[in-house]
Amino acid sequence: MLEILDLKKSFPQPDGERLAILDIPEFRVDAGEQVVLLGRSGGGKTTLLHGISGITRIDSGEIRFMDQELTRFSESMWDRFRASNIGYVFQTFNLLPAFTALENVLLGMSFAKDVPDHKYANWLLKRVGLGHRLDHKPDQMSVGEQQRVAVARALANRPRLLLADEPTANIDPANQQGIVSLIKEACEESNIGLILVTHAMEVASQFDRIDYLENINLVAAEATASMSAVEGEGYES
Amino acid sequence: MNLLTIAVRSIKQRFLSSTLTMISMALGVGLVVAVLAIFGIVQKSFNANATLGYNMVIGAKGGKLQLVLNSVYYLSEPIENIPYDYYLEFQNQEVREKQYSGSYSYKAVQHQQAARATLLASGLGVTSPAGIVAALAANAIVEQHHEHLYPWKREGKYSAFTDFAIPLCLGDYVGPYRVVGTTPDMFSLLKYGPKGDQDYQLDGNGRNFDYFTEENGFFEALVGSVVAEDRGLKVGDTINPSHGSTEGDAHATKFVVVGILESTGTPNDRAVFINMEGFYRMSDHAKPLENEDDVYGTNQIAHKITDADYILPVEKREITAMLVRMDPLYSIGIENQVNEGNVAQAVFPITEIRRLLDYFVSPVQTLLLVLTVLICFMSGVSILVSIYNSMSDRRSEIAVLRALGARRGTVYNIVLLESMVLSLVGGLMGIIGGHGLIAAFSGVIENQTGVQIGFFELAPPLPFPVLNSISSEFLVIPCLVLLAIIVGFIPATSAYKTDVSKSLGK
Repeated sequence: MLEILDLKKSFPQPDGERLAILDIPEFRVDAGEQVVLLGRSGGGKTTLLHGISGITRIDSGEIRFMDQELTRFSESMWDRFRASNIGYVFQTFNLLPAFTALENVLLGMSFAKDVPDHKYANWLLKRVGLGHRLDHKPDQMSVGEQQRVAVARALANRPRLLLADEPTANIDPANQQGIVSLIKEACEESNIGLILVTHAMEVASQFDRIDYLENINLVAAEATASMSAVEGEGYES
Repeated sequence: MNLLTIAVRSIKQRFLSSTLTMISMALGVGLVVAVLAIFGIVQKSFNANATLGYNMVIGAKGGKLQLVLNSVYYLSEPIENIPYDYYLEFQNQEVREKQYSGSYSYKAVQHQQAARATLLASGLGVTSPAGIVAALAANAIVEQHHEHLYPWKREGKYSAFTDFAIPLCLGDYVGPYRVVGTTPDMFSLLKYGPKGDQDYQLDGNGRNFDYFTEENGFFEALVGSVVAEDRGLKVGDTINPSHGSTEGDAHATKFVVVGILESTGTPNDRAVFINMEGFYRMSDHAKPLENEDDVYGTNQIAHKITDADYILPVEKREITAMLVRMDPLYSIGIENQVNEGNVAQAVFPITEIRRLLDYFVSPVQTLLLVLTVLICFMSGVSILVSIYNSMSDRRSEIAVLRALGARRGTVYNIVLLESMVLSLVGGLMGIIGGHGLIAAFSGVIENQTGVQIGFFELAPPLPFPVLNSISSEFLVIPCLVLLAIIVGFIPATSAYKTDVSKSLGK
């Protein structure tokens, strides 16, 4: 479903040099497959998610998704494609404070559909356990509830791929498992591919496939081996 | 969820800042509406006087505008007076003879004729029939020769072309308001209104003043509606005009108010009209003459000057100006003729008023409009500042919208819509506020100008090509939209250029 070939991304430095962030020869995610991405801070995990979603343009390489070569897309085509096919869950939730939970989900639909599907938005919020919080604004909800709204919003357009960037990093341990389970289950239910970035080993350990972003390249790792490697480099657990 | 909803929510999120910005815009637009309303009031006030009911003003030589200002609007100081017999040149023989009948020259001729008749009668008794015939013939020849020399025996020079000529005697005041000595013709012949077809109406049981009544003699007055309201005057009250200026000494002569004019929207609302005969009979008003006899001379108090049968001599009369309606076909020729002489000047008041509007009032109005438009523009800049300042806080929100699939153009439009909503809502508040202000002051405006203006009254078109067919207020909305686009451009571009990756954070 998602295929990345020879992806390269670098950023300019104050001295004029360019710092290579990503150099990934090959990376694939099948339909419905769930992948955890580990790596040190500043290692390029978020940049990779931005690159896949078209938020950041890559320097070179190919990103194929659903038989389309996204790297050939113009920016506006990619925007539309992202709105319809890629869901995004952020570490800081990024809900819009002026809108209620329901409106935040509807907002997620606004840029993909001409008429947002109120019924489905309602169902999604019920699905994430917030049927009673439809009209609450973000500042009237707990952080766990806010992230649930963010998950519902990411699923609003029935995407084929969900990108979750440290979705549990700002959530108390009691709620972390609930969020991870929610994301996993929702993706399984709808056969949505998932790429989840995390530093939490207890989160990573719940996934069959764990990839490690090391020296700007992605390498597949056995769950146990990568865990010890990560712990050895001082990552949070 | 449409873009307008998103824009409105964003505005509501910054409630205080947005409200203050809209109030600033409302004040600016309110001022524009008020200025446009002033345009309308001036225009209507002008239209109300557009016909005046007469087409020429004749007064002493001097400034044309000053003559119009003091004889049409009762503003400014009168220039000088013109002789009464000049006024009589606009009257027919009958009126002239009546007016001249009190004059010294008329009396002198009468004395002369009486003496000649006596001489003739005494001669008839002593001479032969041939002598009688010769004496009668000589007398007839003398009479015939003198006939055309007597001014009361001929038509006024301009009377054939004149519908009416109404004299004005200015100089006295009641409080700050002008006292106008005139004839009853002022309100029986003169009409007013945009078409010049409306009769002056009197409140309640009032009536026009008369030349002479048993009850009040020559001393009756009509009071304009503004004066009546301001001074609390009603029919039956008396007034003592003050001499020469608003602070001048009050005359001992009392005038009885016999009528209150209904509001007309003309300068007549702000004046007191007294019988001209009474005006002359106030102390120091009749022109003093050298070697006057004691009976009807300068010492007026000692004489029966207020008697009904006493006609003040023409020689003792002057007028400040006269309002003349004449056949337009001849008016230009007569204007030239009057102006070529050395006694008086004739002006076309409408031309002078139009000139005043074009050279002075319109530029001032335009200046006011420019100033208020600049104020609006400043309000627009405050919208720009408000939205632009919020951009740093909102950059992550914009990045989120972009991450959700909004295109650059979409976020650009959202910010532009915010600018438009702030401008239009502020503008509508201003329009409503401006009209509210006008409605609140409608009573005062009507009193001062006679122009009736209400909440729903739209401003007149601007005096510019293309724009002169619709109310100028209809231009406010597109102007606001344009302003919103201009001031929204910078923050919208900033939103357009938002680096999603950097602004999104985690």
